[in-house]
Amino acid sequence: MMNEEKKDIDILAIETSCDETAAAVVRNGREVLSNIIYTQIKLHTVFGGVVPEIASRKHIEKINPVIEAALAEAGKKLSDIDAVAVTYGPGLVGALLVGVAEAKAIAYGTKKPLIGGHHIEGHISANYIEHKELEPPFLCLVASGGHSHLVLVRDYGVYEIIGRTRDDAAGEAFDKVARAIGLGYPGGPKVDKLARQGNPRAITFPRARIADAPDDFSFSGLKSAVLNYLNQCQMKGEEVNKADVAASFQQSVVDVLTDHTIQAAKRLKIDKVAIAGGVAANSTLRRQMKEVCEKNGKKFYYPSPVYCTDNAAMIGTAAYYEYMKGSRAGWDLNAVPNLKIGSR
Amino acid sequence: MRILAMDSSGLVASVALLDEETLLAEYTINYKKTHSQTLLPMMDEIVRMTETDLAEIDAIAVAAGPGSFTGLRIGSATAKGLGLALDKPLVSVPTLEGLAANLWGSEAYLCPMMDARRKQVYTGIYHFDGNSLDLVVDQKACPVEEILKDCGRLEGKVIFLGDGVPVYKEIIEDIMGDYRDRLAWAYAPAHLNRQRAGALGRLALNYLRQGRQETAADHAPIYLRKSQAERELNAKGRILKE
Repeated sequence: MMNEEKKDIDILAIETSCDETAAAVVRNGREVLSNIIYTQIKLHTVFGGVVPEIASRKHIEKINPVIEAALAEAGKKLSDIDAVAVTYGPGLVGALLVGVAEAKAIAYGTKKPLIGGHHIEGHISANYIEHKELEPPFLCLVASGGHSHLVLVRDYGVYEIIGRTRDDAAGEAFDKVARAIGLGYPGGPKVDKLARQGNPRAITFPRARIADAPDDFSFSGLKSAVLNYLNQCQMKGEEVNKADVAASFQQSVVDVLTDHTIQAAKRLKIDKVAIAGGVAANSTLRRQMKEVCEKNGKKFYYPSPVYCTDNAAMIGTAAYYEYMKGSRAGWDLNAVPNLKIGSR
Repeated sequence: MRILAMDSSGLVASVALLDEETLLAEYTINYKKTHSQTLLPMMDEIVRMTETDLAEIDAIAVAAGPGSFTGLRIGSATAKGLGLALDKPLVSVPTLEGLAANLWGSEAYLCPMMDARRKQVYTGIYHFDGNSLDLVVDQKACPVEEILKDCGRLEGKVIFLGDGVPVYKEIIEDIMGDYRDRLAWAYAPAHLNRQRAGALGRLALNYLRQGRQETAADHAPIYLRKSQAERELNAKGRILKE
């Protein structure tokens, strides 16, 4: 062969697992050529949370324009693309199915390979985008509205769950507390913002530890403690300082997340720590995790907020390593709402 | 003009390749397996069997609804993805019109009905005038009694079809009995009483000739119903704004 030059691999990635309709074009797993996200948050705010049927309906309306925008911004035609990747789980089944059916049809119509992507593995892989030097092994805390996991990334595409939540996800606790103090949906960014005006030491909320499972999380007790506190104040006729509640609650979550992560990293002798998922956009978590990692001689990685929330670039990144391993999905690819990490 | 047609609005998954003169292939499955797993492999099968180059089709026809919300979206997203990939227009065929097209050329009135749960059917009344399908009662979601009363205003003969028929057979027999002196009724046979992409595709050819096509980006399913959350919200009297 005359041309021995390594060809760039451009992947079109699609993500519709919850309430963001997203598409991206990613080159060689690390370079984001475009990253388009249509967020439906406003649509669901009136319901106080994501309504699956409404999310699915919006996905089908927006998916083609979002994909076309991703291709246009990347300056690519479908014929330039090397593979099509799509999140097939975990997530809301009806929402996932829109992206899966669309991606399959695009791959089929263009005769390109199809790659099935895992939503959480995508979140973890988001760290590769802005940290070109980051390579496995590393320990990653994944915290979002639906997930709280400590994952050991042994190699590209090789994941081991070290710890998980026993009840609520961290982001779920944010949403519930936000609702209780009247901030509404989505709770994460709203609590984060209000907490800046409050005292994180004003109220002592519990920091749950599970006996004989130091890497697991539990947030339902914390949520109940916040609700009890609010009830007691109401019964005593005391005015609640919402900023203090937000700050103290948030501090409790962040303490647990950082503590469990760093203890696991020390025990496993892993010198690189990363965070991912919607809660990874929390300013206090980012600051405290950075301090704790520095103190313990661990290198700390975190994605920009746009790569913490649901997006398709992260799916394109994870899919690149699957593509290089030769992993391909069939035309019968289905949505798997409770798809396990590292299960492929 | 060649059309690739698909229907995944109900329990049936069906895909077909056809032009005005010939049905090249039709693959119809009425079995409990998710459309997400069956629809594209079925399409791939008929494309390979007929050695078709999809670049040479003129349009993609899809059952646009009503039907199972998830089923409609699987068909819709498949059609939209293909439309985008192949740069072809879509032809959106209302599901009940597609069902009526199973009995193309019949002189009777045609009343397809799909079980819509919540004591309703998705239904309509159609009539063929030569090769064109007239809408006597446009598709709607209503109690079966309502469409049967609509039938009662007609004279001649009506043929019922669709997966709503076995569910409401007793009520159909009961109410139609009242009109028996001027309106006969019958049921479509097994090979014509569920969604068939071949019939839907043939009707789509009519619509394509009439310029009733849309872009892959513009196409969206016709649900005929709001989501449960929206219905409950409206019931509480709050105003829903996007």
